[in-house]
Amino acid sequence: MDLDALAGCLSSSACLVTQTTSGLIIGMLLFLVAVGLTLIFGVLKVVNFSHGAFYMFGAYFAMAAYQLTGSFALAMLAGAAGTAILGLIFERVFMSRVYGADVLMQLLVCYAFVLIFDDVVRIIWGPEFKSMGMPSAFQVMPLFIAGGVVPPYYLLLIGVALVAAIVLGAGLSRTRIGKVIRAAAHNPGMVSALGINTGLIYGGVFALGGMLAGLAGALAAPVRSLTPGMGFSVLIESFIVTVIGGMGSILGALIGALLLGLIRSFGSLGFPLFTEGLMYLFMVIVLVSKPTGLFGKEAA
Amino acid sequence: MTRTRTPGISRRSTLALMGAGAMTFAAPWVARAQAKTIKIGMPTILSGRVAQLGTSSRNAVMLEVEKVNAAGGLAGRQIEMVVRDSKGQPQEAARVARELVNTDGCELLLDGEASSGSFAVHEVARDLGVLCIHTCSEASSLTADPKQHIPNAFRCVRQGIHDSIVGGSYAAAISKAKGLKKWATCSPDYAYGRDTTGEFTLYLKRFAPDVEIISESWPKLFQPDYTEVVTKILQAKPQALYSCLWGGDLTSYIDQANIYAMFGQMEVFAVNMADYTALTVVKNLPKGIHSGNRYIKTFPTTPENAAWGDAYKAKYNEYPTNWSWQNATAVMFLAEAAKKANSADGKKLAEVLKGLTIKCPFGADGTVTMRGDDHTLVGYAIGWGTTIPQEPYVPEVKAGDWKTIFELEAEWKKSKGYT
Repeated sequence: MDLDALAGCLSSSACLVTQTTSGLIIGMLLFLVAVGLTLIFGVLKVVNFSHGAFYMFGAYFAMAAYQLTGSFALAMLAGAAGTAILGLIFERVFMSRVYGADVLMQLLVCYAFVLIFDDVVRIIWGPEFKSMGMPSAFQVMPLFIAGGVVPPYYLLLIGVALVAAIVLGAGLSRTRIGKVIRAAAHNPGMVSALGINTGLIYGGVFALGGMLAGLAGALAAPVRSLTPGMGFSVLIESFIVTVIGGMGSILGALIGALLLGLIRSFGSLGFPLFTEGLMYLFMVIVLVSKPTGLFGKEAA
Repeated sequence: MTRTRTPGISRRSTLALMGAGAMTFAAPWVARAQAKTIKIGMPTILSGRVAQLGTSSRNAVMLEVEKVNAAGGLAGRQIEMVVRDSKGQPQEAARVARELVNTDGCELLLDGEASSGSFAVHEVARDLGVLCIHTCSEASSLTADPKQHIPNAFRCVRQGIHDSIVGGSYAAAISKAKGLKKWATCSPDYAYGRDTTGEFTLYLKRFAPDVEIISESWPKLFQPDYTEVVTKILQAKPQALYSCLWGGDLTSYIDQANIYAMFGQMEVFAVNMADYTALTVVKNLPKGIHSGNRYIKTFPTTPENAAWGDAYKAKYNEYPTNWSWQNATAVMFLAEAAKKANSADGKKLAEVLKGLTIKCPFGADGTVTMRGDDHTLVGYAIGWGTTIPQEPYVPEVKAGDWKTIFELEAEWKKSKGYT
């Protein structure tokens, strides 16, 4: 425990800016993965344990597109679009068959695909780790804001995640499709009786969730090494986010992810040997005081 | 009615006698046919995040085994390698090792496991008495600790303590020259990271007593994001940073530290940087990172080493790794020991291996030795240098002095109660 370092940081604007942006970066990437997870659970009532694989595929698709075209924008597009298509196929062909099944069966199918997807990546790209590399446009000196260090690439990353959060939030609450999705989450039988194709909605939501995780993977690819199985650790933290924020709540995922990012960022200063533990401790405190999570709703 | 037996040899007895006779005459031929090949078992990591450990180890072994077989094999017996995946799990490594000996009939073991798995395989070797050469574990205690010593196990691997002595001495010289007094460390939070960092700082402070460690970071192994670690180090404002992160963790860390322009703000000493696994993967390799040599074909600067690196690349379309040269050396030792013993028997080989010096492309002076008293490799090329972003990646390596290594290693063993 190094509370002096933490107090010193809190009283210095430079440290405060650097550590806060550091927390936002960690949080925003986590949010993109966790929001897909929570969206799929909210509508489909399925805990998608294979969600981390979409993050992994997003990173690999982006790397492949970047190597092929040299365009960062196309790499991001490939990461997001590729995983959206993969998500749609996965949901229609496999997951749709186990919606009514026991939760253990759903878990088994998801886990099987975690292993299958990892092996597919291993066969296509090899077992060794890869690096996409930072696009030359972002190989610039970091910005200094109030004495704090902020890399331009991370500003883009935070911006993209924020836009995704706003579009998703507004889309679900203000558009017709959003209302249909929310209605399907609440009462799929009634939505179906009204002549709306619920299968299409389910497939679309799964594709959207996969796309968001894929986008997170694509955004992370320039700064993280790519290996088969890389989605697993992200998945665990995403579960913590959804548990803290409340399963099914998008706002909860955003707040939960940001809190977790800030805990890691400032925790590494004040509690360097207990940073991971702090996250779990926080989760326990939230669960004890509000078992449905910060923004979760009680089951009807 | 009773049957009466006719006197003389019955038909059944005749058949049994003929069978026994045939076996008597044929047995040596069968035995000779079986003995013509010698199976060597190799548990290693062929799947998971560090699969490269196993594949590059296996590749190097196969490269050398082909040469040995072409030259007549181990004391006339062709080598047949049986390589199995342990998935990097110690209990699986032990199970595979046992199965290789008991079921597959392997007479020797090459243990291509990381440290945790090696200790498990070591216990199997202790139990079965089979000759075992560890080829990947750098944990010093595996051979330094007398409790681990068994007559049939050897280690053909560089050692953490050797690297720390050479690294500490190299870093201290640069510290003094550039006035680097404030140091930070950032290493993976498991036994290897803790031990290696502790040993490095021990020798750094010994050679440069005014050095102060002002910040320590211990990210967990395989952590995907190091942002909070990078910013924490930036806040501490050290003049130099030591890290023993490796593989994908090291490349992630470099990519993430790069965008904070960290490498321009401090001298970085990353012991595991100069390995092709990391050098060829990092797209924006910063200039001037100090690193220990893992495997590079330009150190030692001999035609033999360069030729070996090129031959490996020609065969497998990638450069060898640190594990590759260690595994290749193990096969070279076996081949030389078999020649001297004129036998492929494990016990006889073990006797000859003790203190054996062989010609080797990876030796500091063209030879390496399997030290007799603790069954470990010494005399290999060891040094530190600075990186450049393209081949040869580390143009100049300052070689470590084995005389100093031996002296300080002996002191270290004493301090640990090993001698």
